[in-house]
Amino acid sequence: MIDIQTVVPSRVARLNPVAKLLAIVALTVPLVLTLDAVSAGVALAIELSLFPFAGLGWRRFWRRTWIVWLLAPLTGVTIALYGQASGQIYAEWFVVRISEGSLALALATMLRVLAIALPSVVLFATVDPTDLADGLAQVLRLPARFVLGGLAGLRMIGLFVDDWRALELARRSRGVADRGRIRRFLGMAFALLVLSIRRGTKLAVAMEARGFGAPGPRTWARESRFGMAEWLLVLLGATIAAVAVTAAVLAGSWNFILGPS
Amino acid sequence: MSVSSSTPTTVTNRFRWRIVDIVVASVIGVASGLIFLAWNVGYVGPSTLLEPLLPGLQGLLDGPWLFAGVLGALVIRKPGAAIYTELLAAVVSALVGNQWGGFLTLEAGFVQGLGAEIIFLIFAYRVWTLPVAILAGAGAALAGGINNLILWYAGADVTFTIVYLISTVISGAVIAGLLSWLLVRALAATGALDAFPAGREVRQRV
Amino acid sequence: MTAQSALTPSAPPHPVAVGIEGWGWRHGSRRAWALREVGLRIEPGERVLLLGASGSGKSTLVRAIAGVLGADEGESEGSIRLGGALPSAARGRAGLVLQDPDSQVVLARVGDEVAFGCENLGVPREEIWHRVREALELVGLDVPLDRSTSALSGGQKQRLALAAVVAMRPGLIILDEPTANLDPDGVMQVRDAVARVVEQTGATLVVVEHRVAAWEPVVDRVIVLADGGVVADGAPEAVLRDRGEELADSGVWVPGHRPTWPPRATRPRGSVLVSTDDLVVARVPGRPIAEISHLEVTEGAATAITGPNGAGKSTLGLTLAGLIPPASGMVVPSSALADGQRGHPHQWPSRALLTRLGMVFQDPEHQLLARTVRGELEVGPRALGLAESEIAARVEELLHRLRLDRLAEANPYTLSGGEKRRLTVAAALATRPRVLVLDEPTFGQDARTWAELVALLARVREEGSAVVTITHDLDVVEALGADSFVLGGSS
Ligand SMILES: Nc1ncnc2c1ncn2[C@@H]1O[C@H](COP(=O)(O)OP(=O)(O)OP(=O)(O)O)[C@@H](O)[C@H]1O
Ligand SMILES: Nc1ncnc2c1ncn2[C@@H]1O[C@H](COP(=O)(O)OP(=O)(O)OP(=O)(O)O)[C@@H](O)[C@H]1O
Ligand SMILES: [Mg+2]
Ligand SMILES: [Mg+2]
Repeated sequence: MIDIQTVVPSRVARLNPVAKLLAIVALTVPLVLTLDAVSAGVALAIELSLFPFAGLGWRRFWRRTWIVWLLAPLTGVTIALYGQASGQIYAEWFVVRISEGSLALALATMLRVLAIALPSVVLFATVDPTDLADGLAQVLRLPARFVLGGLAGLRMIGLFVDDWRALELARRSRGVADRGRIRRFLGMAFALLVLSIRRGTKLAVAMEARGFGAPGPRTWARESRFGMAEWLLVLLGATIAAVAVTAAVLAGSWNFILGPS
Repeated sequence: MSVSSSTPTTVTNRFRWRIVDIVVASVIGVASGLIFLAWNVGYVGPSTLLEPLLPGLQGLLDGPWLFAGVLGALVIRKPGAAIYTELLAAVVSALVGNQWGGFLTLEAGFVQGLGAEIIFLIFAYRVWTLPVAILAGAGAALAGGINNLILWYAGADVTFTIVYLISTVISGAVIAGLLSWLLVRALAATGALDAFPAGREVRQRV
Repeated sequence: MTAQSALTPSAPPHPVAVGIEGWGWRHGSRRAWALREVGLRIEPGERVLLLGASGSGKSTLVRAIAGVLGADEGESEGSIRLGGALPSAARGRAGLVLQDPDSQVVLARVGDEVAFGCENLGVPREEIWHRVREALELVGLDVPLDRSTSALSGGQKQRLALAAVVAMRPGLIILDEPTANLDPDGVMQVRDAVARVVEQTGATLVVVEHRVAAWEPVVDRVIVLADGGVVADGAPEAVLRDRGEELADSGVWVPGHRPTWPPRATRPRGSVLVSTDDLVVARVPGRPIAEISHLEVTEGAATAITGPNGAGKSTLGLTLAGLIPPASGMVVPSSALADGQRGHPHQWPSRALLTRLGMVFQDPEHQLLARTVRGELEVGPRALGLAESEIAARVEELLHRLRLDRLAEANPYTLSGGEKRRLTVAAALATRPRVLVLDEPTFGQDARTWAELVALLARVREEGSAVVTITHDLDVVEALGADSFVLGGSS
């Protein structure tokens, strides 16, 4: 689950992560403003037809997205049972009210979760944290100290796994590994946090020792390019959203979430 | 040629982030992000149990997504710490992927961090006591709760809205506020926070 | 602003002078000053070896010189100047490689890691990559630029850290124990790399090392710290000849002054406590690292496991100590050792390991669990459920023997490198295991603690326990009269 460091090279993987982020924004914002099955369904259909070109491969695709496929229907069920009732009531029990309206909302919610979450999981699966940091600092001009600090923190995810293993051994060697499972887990999790903060403190010194945070301009060894391909990706995100929204408006199902309900 | 009269101390601005602040805030953010990831999946079970009791009660489960900002701020004690840590935790959650999509995860992280940040700002980044921590947890919850109601529970009715807001605020106050505060105390006791005011307060010279 | 001059790839750094006047430092959590009234002047281009007993303040001093000792981490007095400027203002003019190469990797790829310092100094892009390749070549690290930094062996990481600093072209290069944990070949290679770098760049060099012999040919000045100040300073031959006796007594490794060795083993060796059977070890399940032909650990004897970096020595140690399962084959405990425990050591409960198989990890920080040094020593005895009086007696004795009494209430993480090492050895001894496995027990130790540690191990051996030591330090093997077991000579 934590394999965000291993990125298989592909055309999509090489696109600037900032473009992926912007494409997701362009796609998500219009979709989240409405709650209707048509816009979400249309967007989802287009997205599904594009996923094979995302450079993920089916195995990785399922490994990354299974959780979304599992949770989207669950979210739908919640709304079906407790969502705002309208129209014909099919069943009623305590606070549960399954109605025509709540079923429609449920379907819309489920499709919306899929349409919003899937492309983002798929696009971000090919983001390399270092490239992302380069992009954030060079393209979006976020402050370098924070971007690189964050990147250093992110790199520690890889170390967490090793550290956890080392901690397990350490506690075993010191005779304190025989406790109950939950206590042991919590103890280890706390120890891991302590260890990482200590690591972070040391790393900060190491970064300063190499001139990090020095006054004066900083340069970037890797150029973060934002070219034609990147613009096209953003445009693609916006287009999918536009098609979906148009379809919803034409079908008369556009349902603005902030509007009167 | 270097004749110096006294210790050359640069006037350290109380609000300026040192490198160690940035890196440790990042570590806390990333570690919190891992908890987010676990909870993205783990909350589903309890949630399906709670909802039938009273719709909206699942707000009680929001706390584990809210603590990052409060924790970060209590350790770092600099402006923006709550937003930065909560946002970074959300970045981890978004990079690995979850059911809310990347942009909305980041947006939620920002809003929740902002909720906590505002409380610390009101106290001028001077008060770091338990009550303030609890308020900040509640603030994060309120901001996050309103955000969720608009974006994710758009179809919800009034009962749901009220129950949800109350339970998420309770969860934020207890899990994000109280627990973060206790966690910082425990961390300080280990000496891991010696580079920060929170750690120095409890340190004794040996 | 002349882009032309900035792009001259071989612009040499200006060697930096260091001026220290009446300088002192007190760590925020300590009552005692680590250093006081230090006065020194290091001329541009000088090559200095900084010596001193463990805990004498070497790491503290070099951090201050590099400007990374935060003003709020403690109190300071006096002044330090790098070529006239404050160290914190002269960032980039001094490059520091910290004591622990593992915890100073910032980025995920080798090339980016080396480029990091240059970026911070605002070096133009093309120039950066030129410098990166040059630095990697200079330190002899021959891996692709996109190799993951976490997939490097200990020795490679040490070279990487060096390259990262070299690429910045600092006028002052500071290295804090750059060769601890390297195999003997590695020590020579890194040393030669450093010599090459200062030769080519003319930079000022400050090296902290315990073992003088390896560095003597490279440096032209030796400075010795003790008791919170400078006690000797001058040309290597002069200092080591005139003050050799005195320095050796205070714990400095002086060539020709061998620390006292423990008496030879007097008791006959007993029966075998642990043996291996077609053992293959793996750190991560499913990835076997080394095959062990046959190894026997005997009561009242010492066994030394040696071999190059990355051969799998630590992994073997962990497997022998019952901490990780073998990939295949078996670790067979004698019935005397098992003493009622069934199955293989890695299946025993952790409490059962305490009195049977003790292990001291290579990285001390990985093993620390408590808030104070005293608490750390109490962890094991407490888990055994010993009486309070017994615990106190054992802890006091160990604190005293390893000269940690002064630090009994200190936080283990704030100890110096050598102090941490002593602490973890003491912690393992506290439960008196029948078999004691130690991974590099003597790295980073001054001559005096080295002698004490070796004497302690000899005593454990005399008392009838088995000592297994994994080490690059061949003196330990000899001093303990250990059976030698060499792992993987090919890589
Ligand atoms: N962060 C810290 N907080 C408190 N005390 C410290 C800290 N770092 C070092 N010390 C103490 O300051 C003294 C000098 O430590 P320093 O690390 O400079 O020694 P050293 O000469 O490098 O020793 P070694 O050879 O063992 O690495 C030691 O007594 C140590 O316990
Ligand atoms: N935590 C780990 N996870 C995965 N692989 C590891 C881990 N630690 C070590 N390895 C790998 O296992 C191999 C053997 O490592 P080990 O630490 O046993 O070697 P060693 O002989 O002790 O070396 P050194 O002399 O440098 O300490 C190396 O190739 C190393 O890269
Ligand atoms: Mg040191
Ligand atoms: Mg090893």
